[in-house]
Amino acid sequence: MLHFLNQAPQPAEGFTIAKVSRRGFLKVSGAGLALAGFATTAEAFPRWPHGGHAMPHGVRTDPLVFVRVDPDGTVTLVAHRSEMGTGSRTSLPMIMADEMEADWTRVVIEQAPGDEPKYGNQDTDGSRSLRHHIQMARQIGASVRHMLAHAAAAEWGVPAGEVAVEAHMVRHGSHEAGFGDLAEAAMALPVPAFEDLAFKSPSDFRYIGKGKVQITDLRDITTGAAVYGADVMLDGMQVAVVARPPVVGGKVKSFDDTAARAVPGVSAVVELPHSIPPAGFAPLGGIAVVASNTWAAMKGRDALQIEWDGGPHAGYDTQAFLAEMVATAEQPADTVFRNQGDVDAAFAEAARTFGQTYTQAHMAHAPMEPPVALASVTAEGAEIWAPVQSPYACRTDVAKALEIDPAQVKVNVTLLGGGFGRKSKHDFAIEAALVSKAVGTPVRVQWTREDDIRHSFMHTVSAERIDVALDGEGKVTAWRHNSVAPSILSTFAPDGGHQFFIEQGMGHVDMPFDIPNVRCENGAALAHTRIGWYRSVSNVPRAWAVGSFVGELAHELGRDEKQMWLDLIGAPRVVDPVAEGYPEDFWDYGEPYQAFPIDTGRLANVLDMAADAIGWGREMPEGEGLGLCVHRSFVSYVACAAHVRVVDGTIRVPEMHFAIDAGFIANPERVESQLQGAAVMGMTLALHSGIHYEAGAVVESNFHDYEMVRADNYPENVHVHMVPHGFGVHSTGVGEPGVPPVAPAIANALFKATGQRKRALPMGAQV
Amino acid sequence: MAKITINSVEHDIDGPADMPLLWAIRDIAGLTGTKFGCGVGLCGACTVHLDGVATQSCLVTLGEADGKTVTTIEGLSPEGEHAVQRAWRELNVPQCGFCQAGQIMQAASLLAENPKPSDQEILDAMSANICRCGCYQRIVAAVRHASTGI
Ligand code: FES
Ligand code: FES
Repeated sequence: MLHFLNQAPQPAEGFTIAKVSRRGFLKVSGAGLALAGFATTAEAFPRWPHGGHAMPHGVRTDPLVFVRVDPDGTVTLVAHRSEMGTGSRTSLPMIMADEMEADWTRVVIEQAPGDEPKYGNQDTDGSRSLRHHIQMARQIGASVRHMLAHAAAAEWGVPAGEVAVEAHMVRHGSHEAGFGDLAEAAMALPVPAFEDLAFKSPSDFRYIGKGKVQITDLRDITTGAAVYGADVMLDGMQVAVVARPPVVGGKVKSFDDTAARAVPGVSAVVELPHSIPPAGFAPLGGIAVVASNTWAAMKGRDALQIEWDGGPHAGYDTQAFLAEMVATAEQPADTVFRNQGDVDAAFAEAARTFGQTYTQAHMAHAPMEPPVALASVTAEGAEIWAPVQSPYACRTDVAKALEIDPAQVKVNVTLLGGGFGRKSKHDFAIEAALVSKAVGTPVRVQWTREDDIRHSFMHTVSAERIDVALDGEGKVTAWRHNSVAPSILSTFAPDGGHQFFIEQGMGHVDMPFDIPNVRCENGAALAHTRIGWYRSVSNVPRAWAVGSFVGELAHELGRDEKQMWLDLIGAPRVVDPVAEGYPEDFWDYGEPYQAFPIDTGRLANVLDMAADAIGWGREMPEGEGLGLCVHRSFVSYVACAAHVRVVDGTIRVPEMHFAIDAGFIANPERVESQLQGAAVMGMTLALHSGIHYEAGAVVESNFHDYEMVRADNYPENVHVHMVPHGFGVHSTGVGEPGVPPVAPAIANALFKATGQRKRALPMGAQV
Repeated sequence: MAKITINSVEHDIDGPADMPLLWAIRDIAGLTGTKFGCGVGLCGACTVHLDGVATQSCLVTLGEADGKTVTTIEGLSPEGEHAVQRAWRELNVPQCGFCQAGQIMQAASLLAENPKPSDQEILDAMSANICRCGCYQRIVAAVRHASTGI
């Protein structure tokens, strides 16, 4: 089951946040049991509603599932989300430990296998790990602290409310015990109800909000001991590489494996069933070559003679397709998602109009660790070790492919060498299971970089057309945005050619400007490859279009770019989606809108912060320029201010400032590292990331033609400014929202530097 | 068959002469700290020291490595306390961590040859290594940090 897609939009009733005081909304009563040094529930823990409970299997808060305390005092905390570099495997346990008063140096982290009925939702994407689990982590920590205090109180015959729990110790008067001494009695007590919990006052946090904790796997990463997907070894295991159909939906017509079988070390050649789109995460099929080592398997694959049947997408040519999409975007669309006011009348009455079209090529995620999985399939069942973002969905899909009960499948999650959405799609784990079953030994399926780039679940290709109507004073009276892009939905269901509510909600219908007439349209485009989600998803092309357009409009009207943004955003307001013509199934990242409304004051605030930090308005030397973009995504507000310098025709970024409003920030150090990473990924996609198809197959193959930003030209001096909030402003997404504003900020700065306006991504490194 | 000293231990590696050293290290010697990222010398994830010099192990064959000395991330320092490793930890450099063994081996080799590199020399050397997560700012800072402590 695809968690990303089956998350229901939150009900639209009660879009009244603008009329309700936010303070009033926050007031949650709770009769907290005041343990010494701990505040009552309502003060220390305003219980924000969030969309985590609407995810499959929701959020679990049972401390007995997540915490073990050993007699020696070692506290084992379970990380149930996959670690792919965002730091959730550190931050969530750190929150538990802080609220529990555990000493971080005595904590060990254990990774959960895929088991959502036990751990709650494990689908690690959508920038949800902290925002859906920060409250859960605090509740679990507070529960264990409560249980320790009560165990001590019973033993010492004193009131539990007078027992102090502090830094791995429990005390009352002359009594004192370590966590380990009380562990057995404490963990046997009934789990307290939320209403009976007392929470630490945020001023007493030791780790939360401090940014002083090193990431869990730091030492192992620096010594080579960290275990990623390809690092698990089993006795008798073999390695396989797979020759896959070059065209999605294609299949093997005939093959000759004589030479492949003759390669020393090759033990078997296995034909895998091909999948017919829409096939979800099912593998593409092809021929697997199994060998005693990776090199032999690769050589065996090279020696295969295969004749392919291309299938219906054998004519896919992205250059021609993009031209068609641009034509579609520049005509009235057949589908309207958002309709506010009367756009046609406003255009008819306009003093002038202005419009532009922006495009983006497909992208492959290219995580540093190519897809890889180890499977051991026996008569009893299957065990998988793999770097997967959604281990429970992986378990379900492996069971389906093997035609066995999911209870017979165990999915162990290794560290992920990057994910970015690619490893939400566990086709590689299913391949390993199928090959292991066929040959009867454990098998690791290793993807090469060429496999990864050619057989990704691609970020969509897009054309975005924006037109505005202006009155005599240069005020925008109408906004029309036609977004054309093959939909992710086409990977899972027959392709209707239109985007669905999740894609609509990512920077299209939620355009936040204060404009009286708005129409968001969607011209049709059919998919010709597997469309997936890539870090920030549809926000990338939408921010690219909207952000570049604001820069162009400013130039057109002779206005300062920052002022143009502020003019469009208007006076601070909390958007009322009903009044502004949003679709009924408007998707606010799966969150209840009342708790996470679009607040344009927060949007303008981060823009101000980033612009001030870079010294907006200063004179720039020849060949240099500053550019801006602000974008709300994953319910966070992020502004990017970029400094571009063109050196010998090469675009360089000597300085970049981010301002982020992500509510309460639990681990500022990892927020900073995520945004430093977003700067690099944003610059990479701005300059380099284009996947092209000819005759149905991907043209690019490795890092020579699918380039990455490197140390010789990376965004230098990236500064991250965070809006400070207390625990009362609930945490929002961080992993993804840094990426969308980067490319448009660079393009706007490049225009200032050179007068050249780029409207197609990737724009290339040279001007 | 090749005789290679890996992390001070002599190995008789039973593999074809054209097998890249990377796969010999990972699949035959069983040392998994050295990573596969591209297989063609473009990413640096597989960087080891071959006779003391940073080398992309996917580009060297077993035949070419015969009789030579290899240091992998596991052998850089017996306790994991090489100045570069320490600098990486002090600056909390990694995100996913997958590229970092290669980055550390590259940086350690640079500093062994050139203990006080200029900023440009750091950037030039580290450009051999891709970090898809985008840790460059901290990587460069950590190399500088290690250089002052070497
Ligand atoms: S794997 Fe050797 S350079 Fe990429
Ligand atoms: S830390 Fe993930 S690739 Fe460098």
